[in-house]
Amino acid sequence: MIATERACQICDLGRMRYADALERQNQSVELRKSGAISDQLLIVEHPHVVTMGRNGHHENLLARPELLARSGIEFFETDRGGDVTYHGPGQIVGYPILDLREWKRDVHAYVRAIEQVIIDALAGFGIESWREAGATGVWTSEGKIAAIGVHISRWVTSHGFALNVDTDLNYFRYIVPCGLTRPVASMRSLGCQAERGEVVAALIQNFGRVFERQMETL
Amino acid sequence: MIDVVMPQMGESIVEGTLTKWLKKAGETVVRDEPLFEISTDKVDTEIPSPAAGVLAEVLIEEGKTVGINTIVARINDGAKADGASAPVAAPVATQAEPPAPPAPTPTAAAPTPEPVATVVEETAGPLSPLVRKMARENNIDLSLIKGTGAGNRITKQDLETYLASKNAPPAPVVQAAPPPPPPPPPPVQQAVATIPQTVEVPSPPRVGEAPGTRVEPMSVMRQKIAEHMVFSKHTAAHVTTVHKVDFTKVAKARDKAKGNVQAQYGFSLTFLPFVLKATCVALRQFPILNASIEGTNIIYHRDINLGIAVALENGLIVPVIRNADEKSVIGLQRSVADLAARARSRHLRPDEVQGGTFSITNFGSFGSVFATPVINQPQVAILGVGTVEKQPVVIDDAIAIRSIAYLALTFDHRLIDGALADQFTGKIKSILEGWAEEVS
Repeated sequence: MIATERACQICDLGRMRYADALERQNQSVELRKSGAISDQLLIVEHPHVVTMGRNGHHENLLARPELLARSGIEFFETDRGGDVTYHGPGQIVGYPILDLREWKRDVHAYVRAIEQVIIDALAGFGIESWREAGATGVWTSEGKIAAIGVHISRWVTSHGFALNVDTDLNYFRYIVPCGLTRPVASMRSLGCQAERGEVVAALIQNFGRVFERQMETL
Repeated sequence: MIDVVMPQMGESIVEGTLTKWLKKAGETVVRDEPLFEISTDKVDTEIPSPAAGVLAEVLIEEGKTVGINTIVARINDGAKADGASAPVAAPVATQAEPPAPPAPTPTAAAPTPEPVATVVEETAGPLSPLVRKMARENNIDLSLIKGTGAGNRITKQDLETYLASKNAPPAPVVQAAPPPPPPPPPPVQQAVATIPQTVEVPSPPRVGEAPGTRVEPMSVMRQKIAEHMVFSKHTAAHVTTVHKVDFTKVAKARDKAKGNVQAQYGFSLTFLPFVLKATCVALRQFPILNASIEGTNIIYHRDINLGIAVALENGLIVPVIRNADEKSVIGLQRSVADLAARARSRHLRPDEVQGGTFSITNFGSFGSVFATPVINQPQVAILGVGTVEKQPVVIDDAIAIRSIAYLALTFDHRLIDGALADQFTGKIKSILEGWAEEVS
C-alpha cells in the first residue's frame, strides 16, 4: 500500500478442485489486466489431478484418462506452458498473478525468480536445491522437487509452481513429469518433517523478498 | 500492410516457438485481440494483434522456432499500399530494439495466402483513433461497414448508423458505448417494491436472446448478497462523508514494527489494524455509531464487534472480530489475517459471521481511493478505508511528502446527523494522525 513497495495480496484458497481454481485464476487475471487489483499470489492444494500443458505430449501420460478417472484422478488440458504434470494432496501449488510490466518485462527472468523463491525457501528447511540448465524447475539430490509452468497474457502471469511437501510420490507413476524421465522428490522424501503451513509462510516471505512486494493477507 | 514480428519477451530471449495461431489467414482481427501464442521455456504467451484489419498472410507455421523480430504474419489494415511497409512489433515487445527492416526471411516460400476479402481495401481508409476505439469496444467487424467519409473512410457516423441498424429496436447510440452489456440489473424501484416480507431477487427483464449472451443462475451466496444490499439501501438513509487522513506517523510505526511482526508472528502488518484500533476508541466515545434501530428504539451495544469485509471468489463475506476494543494492533492484525484466510477457504464458523456492531471495508487494498460502501444491516454505519499513498501536501506553507488516505464513513441518517458523523470520523483521523505509540 505504500508507494515504495508494491503490494501483493495472498489468497490461500485451501483445498480446491483444479477447475475451480482455474476459474478463480482467470477472474484474478482479468481484474489484474484491468488494474482493478494489485498483484496476487494464490496458494492452493488440489485433489488428485493430472494436467497437460498446451505443448504437452500425450505419450508422456502413461495412463489413459479413463484409468486416471478410475483411480480418482481428474484430467485437464490447460493453456499453461510445460508438459504433463500431477497435482495432489501434500503439494503447495502457487499461482502468482503478476503484471510483469511492473516487474522487468522479462519472462525468463520471471521463471528464474520463481525458482529462486523455492530454492531459498527450501534452504530455510536445510534442503539444498538448484536449477538445471534446460530443465526449468527446482532440483535436489533425490530428483525434481518443484515444477513450473506459466501462461502470460498481456504481461499478466497465471499458473505457476508446484512444490512437493509430503506428496505421495507414487502418483507420479501415471505420468512422465514434464517429459523428463527422472525421479521426483518431496521435502518428506528428503527427510524434512516441515508442516505445510510453515512452508507456505516461507514461500510467501521469499516471494515478497525476491519480487520486492509487500505481501498482504487482506 | 502491417508486418507482425516475433516479440522479444525478455532480455536474454533471442527466439520463440510459435505454438498456435489463434486466427486463420483471411480472418478479421481487432487490435489487441490475441493473435498467436508463443512458447519459451515453460512459458506460454498470448500475443495480441498490433493492428486491426484482416490477417492477410501467415508466414510461420505452428511449431516453428524463429528469432525475435522475424516477421510471422502480415495484417492488411486497409492503409494505402505505398510500398514501405513498416514492421510493427506486437505491442508486448516494448523493450525490443527498433526492429530491423524486414529481412527477407528464408520462409518466403510461405503458404499462399488465402484470397483476402478485398472489401476492406475498398471501404476502410485510414481509421481515426475514435473509430478504432468504438469498433474495439463494440466488437464491430469493420469489414462489414461501408465508409461514407472522404476516400470511403469509415467515420463515427458510419459506426453509429451500423450499431443502430444492428440493435432492433434501434437503441440510441451513445458515443463510445460500452461493450455489449450483460443483462442489465433490474431497476432498483422494481426490487424495492418486492422487498417487504420476503426479499427476493427479481429475475432480470428479458432482453431477448442476443447472440453471445449467456444465462447462468446466481450462486446462493450471490443471491444472499443481492438481497442484503437492496434491503439495506431500502432500509437506511445512506449518507457518506469523506475525511482525508495523514497516515505518515502510522506508516512510521508500521515500518518500525513490521519486520519484527513478520519474523515473530509470521504475518505482515498492514495499515488496517491501526484503523481498527482508532475506530474502537472513537466508537467508545460515540456509542450511537455502535448501535442498531429497532422500530422506534435505539439499541446501544455494549460490545464492539467489528465486521471486516472480505472479498471472496464471486462474493463477499463479513466475518466479525468480537470485542475488538480489547485487542492490540498486532492482535487485530492476527484476527484479520486469520478470519480472511478462513473466509477464503470457507472455514468460518457460523458465529463468526454474526453479531457485528460496526463494519469496516478495506477497498484500499484493491487500489480504490474512496468509495461509498453500503451499510451492513442492522448496523448504522460502515467505514471504508482507501489506499494509502504518498502525496505532496502543504504544511505551514511548505510542500511535504506525506502518506495520505481517505476514510469514507457511510452512516444511516435516520439516526446519525452529519455533524456527529464528522466528529466521529474526525476522532479516528486525529488518533491516526497523532499516532505515537509503539506497536504492540
